Amino acid sequence: MKSLGAGMLGAAGTALTAGKSKAAEIVGDSGKEFKGVLVDTTRCIGCQSCEEACAVAHDLPVPDIGDESVFEQQRDTSTTQLTVVNRYEAEKGEIFVKKQCMHCGQPGCVAACLVKAMQKRVDGPVTWDTNCMGCRYCMVSCPFDIPKFEYNSWNPKIVKCDLCWERLQEGEIPACVEACPTETLLFGTRRDLVEEARRRIYREPEKYVNYIYGENEVGGTSWIYLSAVPFEQIGFKTDLGTVAYPEYSTGFLYSVPIVLILWPAFLMGLSYLTRREEEKEKKENKR
Amino acid sequence: MSAGAAPHEVKSLRDFVPFILNELKPRGKIFTPFNIISVPVMLLGAVLIAYRMIMGLGSVTNLSQDFPWGMWIGFDVMTGVAFAGGAYVLTFVVYILRVEKYHPIIRATVLNGFLAYVFYAGALVIDLGRPWHIFNPVIGNKFGLSSVLFLVAWHFLLYMTAEFIEISPAFAEWLGWKRVRKILSSLTLGAVVFGITLSTLHQSGLGALFMMAKGKIHPLWYTQFIPILFFVSSIFAGLSLVIFEGTISHKVFRDQLDDEHRTSHNDILIGLAKGCAGAMFAYFFLKILIFMHGRHWEYLHTAWGLWYLVEIIGLVLIPCYLFLRGAMYKNLTAIRIAAIMTIVGIIINRLNYSVIAFKWYIPLPAHYVPHWMEIVTTLAIVFAEIWVFRWIVNRMPILRKPPAWAAEE
Repeated sequence: MKSLGAGMLGAAGTALTAGKSKAAEIVGDSGKEFKGVLVDTTRCIGCQSCEEACAVAHDLPVPDIGDESVFEQQRDTSTTQLTVVNRYEAEKGEIFVKKQCMHCGQPGCVAACLVKAMQKRVDGPVTWDTNCMGCRYCMVSCPFDIPKFEYNSWNPKIVKCDLCWERLQEGEIPACVEACPTETLLFGTRRDLVEEARRRIYREPEKYVNYIYGENEVGGTSWIYLSAVPFEQIGFKTDLGTVAYPEYSTGFLYSVPIVLILWPAFLMGLSYLTRREEEKEKKENKR
Repeated sequence: MSAGAAPHEVKSLRDFVPFILNELKPRGKIFTPFNIISVPVMLLGAVLIAYRMIMGLGSVTNLSQDFPWGMWIGFDVMTGVAFAGGAYVLTFVVYILRVEKYHPIIRATVLNGFLAYVFYAGALVIDLGRPWHIFNPVIGNKFGLSSVLFLVAWHFLLYMTAEFIEISPAFAEWLGWKRVRKILSSLTLGAVVFGITLSTLHQSGLGALFMMAKGKIHPLWYTQFIPILFFVSSIFAGLSLVIFEGTISHKVFRDQLDDEHRTSHNDILIGLAKGCAGAMFAYFFLKILIFMHGRHWEYLHTAWGLWYLVEIIGLVLIPCYLFLRGAMYKNLTAIRIAAIMTIVGIIINRLNYSVIAFKWYIPLPAHYVPHWMEIVTTLAIVFAEIWVFRWIVNRMPILRKPPAWAAEE
């Protein structure tokens, strides 16, 4: 009985969660390595070329990148801007930080989606598809609050950075990376990017804080960041932990098949016992 | 209609149409205070829903990128389903444990549960951005097997079916279909077992939805045990609503009840109060254990700590005590007050997870507060449910005894 239960648990486990969990997920189920981007915030000059290129690549309204007044307040990505650059006043002066979807190794939004409209593609991008029913559970489950919803449309979409998935399939690199004039953005396999990030820290230890944001956050993300100052000073959530978000609901999901099998058996047994009691009482009453 | 209505049988389509048309006619007074209030609200609600379908969710709600779920999820679905929990608890007591004492209220409770799912889980349709895709997870336009919401969606659908089977003998009695009733009655036990299992899973599943909102829900509320808390609290949420609804039904549908039912009702309420007190004590104990293990003392002397204490002391422990006292001294007023307090407590608890303590770090005015149009739509849905409930109770043997021919079997 015990081994049967354990077997069921295992079977349910593999069915319910895509693959097993590792501290930092860099390889998909296909065995292909995830692609990603290394952002070296020490190099960013806030030119917003990435914002412009992104808008062009996704047929969105192209922002006026000559306008520096946008830096006066912190901006968030939106349904018309898949990436934004923000300016932070940190201990080492002005720092610009690009924000977009982090393309987690094991994304919460993908685990949340009940119709697999959110998908982690084999080469790394997390993309949205039109069979979505608009429940917005992905928004609740995203540790970075990235998916954005078109509230003012009768036929709304979930909008987010897709790492230029279509361009990747044609062998090109993401539009923002291509447009970056300062090599702040580096595109490659995640393994190479982590190595490159380590190398930069090792070579110039006084330039960087010894931390790669996204290496282990929420189980590892495809976009990783280097910084000259502690990450909390430049708008990053530093309390997310290293557990991949889907892990938080696996405990519940594992218990589902157990309840589904054991509960009916228990209830039927109980019902059988009470029925016998009832019949006995009836017989005694007749006598 | 009197309790011992003459048996009639709807044999063919030719009988069926006039019968239904006749039954659709309003019964009783038309200009009651309830009707005068509810009709305009429902009409306005219908207009708002139509407007929302054309102009998008942003046109009638205060939802935002930071607050993707608002009152329609937090109150209609989360709270509505918790209140529908009375059905699975009472079917367990009546059909599995065979405690005959609660038999007189079982149909009203199951009907209420069924309608709650139809209307409140149904309210999900207006909250979905792309509702025409609602059947995608059922028809297989991709199965998101790793999603808790996938489980909840399937369970809603299956549980509605199970509850419909449980209540269907009353429909058959109404139509006078003896053979059909016999078949449907034979399915009851299976539907009950299936229904209790499904309820266990999706009541807790609603809580499990918030597991991935870690970091967004205040630490006093976020715990890995949310699913268990949701399940246990659905027991007393459901029973409290049965007490509340039963009290009102007893006044409104007085003519439906026979003397036997009337005299046993107080006894039933006292029994339910005991059940509530037990479940609430277990819940309170769980909450304390979780709090101790979470080591969140530092939050207790913040405003959030106070709000937390209001919930677990003021709206769990105190009504728990009131239930117990009411049951011991047969004080029905105390039981009714406790039921109302518990209901308020459950509403606040579910809203805490979905709206109030969700992104507590975003203060007002940027924090989500429902738009008046969201509130009106919710009220319209609640009124519509009550209308249907009233329509059915006035025509079918829900509160009154089944017709003589059905009892003979």
